[in-house]
Amino acid sequence: MITYIIRRLMAALLLLLVVSAATFSIFFVVPRLLGNSPETLAVRYVGRTATPETIRQVADSLGFYDPVYVQYLNWLKGIFVGADFDTGAGIERCPAPCLGYSFIDKQPVLPELLERLPVTLSLAVGAALIWLVFGIATGVVSALRRGSLLDRSAMTISLAGVSLPIFFTGMVTLLLFSYQLEWTASGGSFTPFTENPAEWAYNLLLPWTTLAFLFSAQYARLTRAGMLETMGEDYIRTARAKGLTEKTVTVKHGLRGALTPILTIFGLDFGLLLGGAVLTEKTFSLPGLGHYAITAIPRNDLPAVMGVTLVAAVFVIVASLIVDLLYAVVDPRVRLN
Amino acid sequence: MTAGTPFLQVRDLKIHFPTDDGLVRSVDGLSFGLERGRTLGIVGESGSGKSVTSLGILGLHNRRNARVSGEIWLDGKELVSASADEVRALRGQKMAMIFQDPLSAMHPYYTVGQQIVEAYRVHNKVTRKQARQHAVDLLGKVGIPQPDRRVDDYPHQFSGGMRQRAMIAMALSCDPELLIADEPTTALDVTVQAQILDLMHKLQQEFNSALIIITHDLGVTAELSDDVLVMYGGRCIEYATAREIFQSPEHPYTWGLLGSMPRMDRPVAERLTPVKGSPPSLINLPTGCAFHPRCVFEERTPDGLGRRVLPELAEAGPGHLVRCHLPAAQRRQIWVDEVKPKLEAS
Ligand SMILES: Nc1ncnc2c1ncn2[C@@H]1O[C@H](COP(=O)(O)OP(=O)(O)O)[C@@H](O)[C@H]1O
Ligand code: SF4
Ligand SMILES: [Mg+2]
Repeated sequence: MITYIIRRLMAALLLLLVVSAATFSIFFVVPRLLGNSPETLAVRYVGRTATPETIRQVADSLGFYDPVYVQYLNWLKGIFVGADFDTGAGIERCPAPCLGYSFIDKQPVLPELLERLPVTLSLAVGAALIWLVFGIATGVVSALRRGSLLDRSAMTISLAGVSLPIFFTGMVTLLLFSYQLEWTASGGSFTPFTENPAEWAYNLLLPWTTLAFLFSAQYARLTRAGMLETMGEDYIRTARAKGLTEKTVTVKHGLRGALTPILTIFGLDFGLLLGGAVLTEKTFSLPGLGHYAITAIPRNDLPAVMGVTLVAAVFVIVASLIVDLLYAVVDPRVRLN
Repeated sequence: MTAGTPFLQVRDLKIHFPTDDGLVRSVDGLSFGLERGRTLGIVGESGSGKSVTSLGILGLHNRRNARVSGEIWLDGKELVSASADEVRALRGQKMAMIFQDPLSAMHPYYTVGQQIVEAYRVHNKVTRKQARQHAVDLLGKVGIPQPDRRVDDYPHQFSGGMRQRAMIAMALSCDPELLIADEPTTALDVTVQAQILDLMHKLQQEFNSALIIITHDLGVTAELSDDVLVMYGGRCIEYATAREIFQSPEHPYTWGLLGSMPRMDRPVAERLTPVKGSPPSLINLPTGCAFHPRCVFEERTPDGLGRRVLPELAEAGPGHLVRCHLPAAQRRQIWVDEVKPKLEAS
């Protein structure tokens, strides 16, 4: 077990290296291949008004004339020992762990990410709670009442849920609940949980429900399919033969069997969401990681984009590691080795 | 059958399933009785309605897609007309079932011990510790070595034979008075099969329960059963003591089954000569005698009755029931002159 965890952690680190190298290539090498010279890249950081001399100087101090692998290794080094960046107007220190320095914000990237993480985390946790409870319950009831009006309406609504884009459902809920009914906040504001839990929840209610609607739909369908399968298993008949109540049979035997694959998918979904719920954050103007990323992209803030990507990758990799470990706990037939 | 109402009395049990293809008459008018301490073997090819019968007795058919009629009296209580909750309270407690293929019949995510005492904990007020001890005791009783250790294993960690033993322990959890074993040894190899049958016999004597053994293999019933009920197409076609079924069977189908019985004293290849032809469709049973398309003696039935009229289940001797148009004397003649010598020669 311990050796398995260590091996998986090593593999996870290796994977992170690969991901970072790949991201690095995409954001730093591809522009070069597209014909951007070191100078045009440097212009992005110091602005067009700078003299050619300053631009060359900055490009040089940022290592743009170095071979790509040297640039990558320097970037990696920054994570461990920090780095200094010449902005043309002076030297800026980016302390370790330095994920890069945004020349546009004139800020190291990591603190910016950490500042936005609670928003994304709040969004993901709240939405996940709602969609797990709601999606699984709907799936179970639909499976037990298969073919009933309830089942058919739930499945129709959930089909809409999985196929409608979030900015559409988001806009509709915003219009309805916030502007028309004025029940909820219209988004755009975030209160940390530690400051005022009630306000925190109030502000997030709409994004939560919108995001949860999308996922509930998916989880309801998954749960329904899983329940239909497990409730037809021989062990369900055995459970009934023991004289257990239908509730015990359904929950303890049926749902327990159906939940395992859902756990896997949940782990990955949650990990992905932590990297930024881009569309939801955009629709409700929530200052989370996803919002940070899509603001950075049109501004050509490559270090920022690179930072978010890497953090998102960490979340996904860690989530999948946790899921694997949990799987062995949840399904005794799985041996870790 | 014995005077008075036996411990278990099934009367004219019908279990039909309406489906898109038509009405499936899986069990069509079955009657039998069984006392405590006695064993009934129900024998028939696969698809003859044996499992549907046993699930019917336990009240395990979904009332939404199964039509159950007739009477099932268990210790003076009628179960077909009883409410679902009343029947549920008896399941696991007064009547229990041992299923075929324990690997799929046990939940993969719970330990063997947890599954053994589940019924016990539902029907009795006991602490977790008492329940565990109960599981260990039962596992020891069914012959699992080191039961205090194996009790925490999961089903997949048991061998096939051990799993079947655990399944038996599970059924015995509440000392049921009626035990139904549906093909309890089908998934096992021959030596393990014999051990399991031995075990069931021993336990039945100890608990003095009524036991129904369901099997497609007459050999399995030979040793254990007091009485044998042969099923064909959802109906009883012969009912007699095990002794009579083996020594003076009267139905052509039973003769066929005897011919297909695996015999330990023969090499595998010579053992099996299954009854020719395939089991009937339960949606469109053949008219007349359901066995007639496969029956080699069909042309000997008087007036071609076999094709036209369903034979009654008639008394051929004391407690010996046969559903066949052939006159009893002629049947005995055929058995003695034609069938028995062939079976003995093969
Ligand atoms: N729920 C059901 N719906 C429709 N047909 C069924 C159902 N359960 C069993 N049957 C049919 O009843 C017949 C008898 O099945 P079964 O009792 O399992 O046979 P066996 O004697 O092999 O145990 C089979 O043809 C089967 O297809
Ligand atoms: S009634 Fe006729 S067809 Fe049916 S078993 Fe008897 S002899 Fe064969
Ligand atoms: Mg069967």
